[in-house]
Parts: sequence; structure tokens; C-alpha cells
Amino acid sequence: MENVLETNNLGIAFGGLKACENVNITIKKNEIYGLIGPNGAGKTTVFNILTGVYQPTWGSFKLDGEEIKNLSQEKINQKGIARTFQNIRLFNNMSVVRNVMVGLHNRKEYKCGFFTSALRLPKHFKVEKEMRSKAKELLDIFGLLEERNNLACNLPYGKQRKLEIARALATNPKLLLLDEPAAGMNPNETMELAETIKLIRDKFDMTILLIDHDLKFVSGLCDRITVLNFGQVLAEGNISDVLNNKDVIEAYIGKQEEL
Amino acid sequence: MKDKSKFKLKHFINYIVIGAATIIFTILNFTGVLGLSEQFLLEKITIAIILAVSLGLVVGFLGELSLGHAGFMCIGAYIGGKISALLSSSSLGTGLPNLLISIIVGGIAAAIAGVAIGLPALRLKGDYLAIVTLAFGEIVKTLFLNSSDESFGGPIGLETPRYDRNHLFIIGFVLVLVMLAIIQNIIRSKHGRAITSIRDSEIAARATGINVTRYKLLVFALSAFFAGIAGVLYSFSNYRVQCTKFDYNYSIEILVMVVLGGMGSVNGSILSATLITFLQVQLASILTGDLAVLQNIFYALVLILIVIYNNAPALKGFRETHNLKTFFSKLFKKKKEDVDPSLVKDDEAKWNRIPTKINMDELLSMDVKVTESTMKPDKDKGGSS
Repeated sequence: MENVLETNNLGIAFGGLKACENVNITIKKNEIYGLIGPNGAGKTTVFNILTGVYQPTWGSFKLDGEEIKNLSQEKINQKGIARTFQNIRLFNNMSVVRNVMVGLHNRKEYKCGFFTSALRLPKHFKVEKEMRSKAKELLDIFGLLEERNNLACNLPYGKQRKLEIARALATNPKLLLLDEPAAGMNPNETMELAETIKLIRDKFDMTILLIDHDLKFVSGLCDRITVLNFGQVLAEGNISDVLNNKDVIEAYIGKQEEL
Repeated sequence: MKDKSKFKLKHFINYIVIGAATIIFTILNFTGVLGLSEQFLLEKITIAIILAVSLGLVVGFLGELSLGHAGFMCIGAYIGGKISALLSSSSLGTGLPNLLISIIVGGIAAAIAGVAIGLPALRLKGDYLAIVTLAFGEIVKTLFLNSSDESFGGPIGLETPRYDRNHLFIIGFVLVLVMLAIIQNIIRSKHGRAITSIRDSEIAARATGINVTRYKLLVFALSAFFAGIAGVLYSFSNYRVQCTKFDYNYSIEILVMVVLGGMGSVNGSILSATLITFLQVQLASILTGDLAVLQNIFYALVLILIVIYNNAPALKGFRETHNLKTFFSKLFKKKKEDVDPSLVKDDEAKWNRIPTKINMDELLSMDVKVTESTMKPDKDKGGSS
């Protein structure tokens, strides 16, 4: 299987602070990959590098074999990396369906020039209709079709998370980054979310990289994981191996005191 | 899934109202009812509408504060006026072609200025962008103030050719309609969605692949373009352009129109621009001589009252019963039909089914068993005090 994401000694320093260094992650196609670690380990920083919020100080990464360097966030998204945020960032004053339609904005099949829209040429109506039906299709998968005309900010928390994932998926990515998707959810919602993520993987043939603190959630979902601590890779590999790793246990719950 | 495809009156109501106003005033004009002052008022109103709606695009839809709108208008007024003056001496004369060419040239000049100021300034956000645009407006004003007599007239101002007064406000109305069509079409397209997404969350918009810089520039250019057109209309309406008019206060005045009309509401901007301009002109004609000082006080008073009416929590109930919507529905005697609760799909029906009246007698007659646990808090209280 080909590698969708390949990072090569990725690292970033903010002044003297090395937020992360020597991060090597290889994600195969159609895999759900976990990135865990204690607070402040640099997990979101890795996400921010991968999505172009920060430019890496060291190293590089390849998406589908193509090296991505010095690209803006929107360009990286167009190349095929979509993300969700730790604290949900929806377009709050827009309806649910319009949120997803913004995600569809850059797809080639919905290309429609500025003047075409300003002059309301027939193509504008065609594109709008297609975008709306496509957005509804996506919302249907996430069980949000009933709420499509509600404002995004009026959705309950769990559904806002789902909408954010739907919007990210609408951009037609090769790799989906989920930043703490289960944060603030109750066990039932977490279970449902895990099912949704599996469904996305199977239905869209998607490769997913996710951050989470809920080890039960991560171990039930991910094929392989990487553990970060203080910006360094602590362990990587299969779930059971990693979670039994001495260093990992130490990082999470501390050293056992010798009696 | 057939929703949204049908014709929606509320999307076209402003075209209909403005179109009707154009026709009515045109007929009144040619029957000779409208005097010079009414024509001038109508011209002022159309200029104000164009300014308010175009600034509303930046403030209400893009979510950036721009305080330099008068600057763009100034550029349009001077460039358009100059072009018109140059053309009038050529074979074109001062007819309609002259007007149209100068309007387009003035608009484009302002749009170029919009892009030029936008490129460096749009890296900034919020208050910082507001300050840069404010400075831009002042710079433009000062530039024209210090121009030579032959070029733009300097402090005396630029004299523009006299255009037939009878037609000018009609052209103003037509321009308002054209602008409305372009701006509303864009807002209701995928590009409009991209623009509003930037307003709601710029970070998320970038992560969703929206080219934020491009859209910001586009909105800035479009808004400046229409501000420039308003400037050209102004120069025709006043026969003379003087840069002192386009100061900071004027930018704020346009912003007041946008804010009063409601951010992100095109119809609101149109309405408030009309009302404020009308109010100003009326106050200026009523309060003359020594009373002229009162103009600004009255103006401010009305603004304060409108803001209180729109936002005071105490007036919430009053607003809900006395607003334009209920006024119009009463006017057309359109009563809300009673909907069968079982037919309503969403939560509304569920709320209807919940009995709202709690039977107090039933509640009071209920026996409350006093157990040890309910007694305990009192005991603790006694013990501590």
C-alpha cells in the first residue's frame, strides 16, 4: 500500500522553544492513525505544520509522494489535507447546509467564475443546484439533513463536531486531520463518533490522522499510533505494543515509586 | 427535495420597491411636480444608498471595519469629474455618453485605489485595518487639496460640467438598481458564501480552502468601485467637487447608515440611508439662521433614539409588536394561518403539545413528605450559626 503522508524529521522551534522535533509519521492509505500524548506534547503543532499554519523549521513532509513546501493554508487544503479544530470553528452565522457548501467551494466540478455569478448566467444556477444537492448528500450521511436550514451555532455540541467533519470532507481531501474529535463528548456520543469515523474511512476511502486523549476511543479506532511527549516521538506502532510501552506509561501516569 | 427552487418575493422586494419609486418619481418629474430641491434630495438619497450598500458589503458581509469610504468616493468624484470636464470640451458634449463614461472611469479609478490600499492593508485585521483606511481617506483628501489649480483645482475645488438636472436622479436610481443586482447576486452565490465564511471564522475559511486574500481584495475593490460611482454622481449633482466634504466625518456618517440599518442587511442599509439623508435635508431646511446649531443635536438625538429602539432590552416586547413586518402584514391583512401541530415537523410542534398552564391547585394539594434528608440542611444551618 502506498503512503499517503510521510513526514521526514519534521520539527519546529518558536525562538528557543522546540515545540516538536524529529517527528516521523508514515500513514498508509485507508488507515486510521492516532497521535496521542500528554498536554503540551506538540500534537496540535504537528497538525498546524501539516496544514500550513506554521512552516516547519526542520524537515519536510510528503502528501501522496508529492513534497509540500512553502504553501499557504488554502493551497494545502486544495492539495488534499483537510482538518477540524480542537475548539470547534464553524461558520456560526450561516446555515448548516451553507457551511458544507463552503467546503465544496474549490471543487473543480463546481467551478463558477465571479462574473458568471454576478450576472446570474445559467451556469450559476446549475452549479448552485448541484452544490446544494451534493451538500445534502453529505449531510444525510452524518444524519444532519433535518437540521440543514438551522444556523450552525444552534446545533448541539456533538452535531457541531459532525458538521465540522462534514465540511472538511466536502473539500475532497486525501488526508483528514481530526483534532480531538471526542473532546467534551459523553460516552454515547463518543461511541457514535467512532462509528462515524469508521464509516467515513470505508465510504470515502479516506485516510485519517486523529488526535485524542481518550485512550479507549483511540485504541478502539486506530490501526497504529504515535505517542508524542515534549515534542519528541516516544513510541510508535501497533496500539497494544505502544500502550504497554514503559516510557508511554511513565509519560502518562508517572514512574512507579520503588517501595 | 424541491425546496428553495421557487420564486421568493423577499429576495426581490427591494428591486420592486426601488423600481416602483423610480417610475413614480420619473412620472412626477415629467409632469412637473418635482421642484429643483426635490430632485436634489432624490440625487442625495441615491448617492447615500450606493455608499451605504457598498460599505455594507465590507462591514456587514466581509466583517472588516473600513473608515475610508469617503476617500474612495473622493477619488471617484475627482477623477470622474475631471474626465467629464475633459470630455465636455470634446465632441461628446455634456450628454449621456459623457456621464456614463465618467461614471465608469471614476468607478474603476476608485476600484484600483481599493486594490492598491487593500494589498498591504488587508494583512491587518479589525482596529488596525480601520486605522489604515482612516489614514487613507485623509491622505486622499489632502492630496487633492494640494493639487494644482489646472489639475484638480486645489482648495477651490474642481468645477464639473452642468448636466441636465431632470435626468440625473433617474440615472442615480438606475445605478442603485444595477449595484443592488450585482451585490446581491454575488452575496447569494458561492462567492458570497465564501465572503461570509471569512466573516464568521477566517481561520476555518482558510482551512476550508477559501482564498481569503483574494476575496478580501475583491470585496474591497467592488466596494470602492461603487463608492467611486457615488462620487461621480456627487460631482454631477453639485457642479463642484471640494475635498473638504470627503473628510472623516463623512466616512463615519456612511458607517452610521450601515450600522443603523443592521450589519449584513442590504435592505436595512437602503432604508437607513434614505431616512438619514431625508432627515438631514429636512433639518437643514427647517432649522436655519440661529437655529442651525440645533441641526446636529436633533440628528444625534434621532440616532440615539433609533439605537435605543433597536437594542434596548426593555423595549423587546414593544419591538416585537411594533415593527415593519407586522405593520405590513396588518396592512395587507395577511393573518397567520393556524397550523395543525401534528403537521409541523420540527420542534415547534412539540412545544405546542406541552401544556403551558400548570394547574396550581393540583400542585398545592400535593402532600410533601418531610423526611430526615429534607430536614437536615436546616439542622446544619443551625449548627453553623
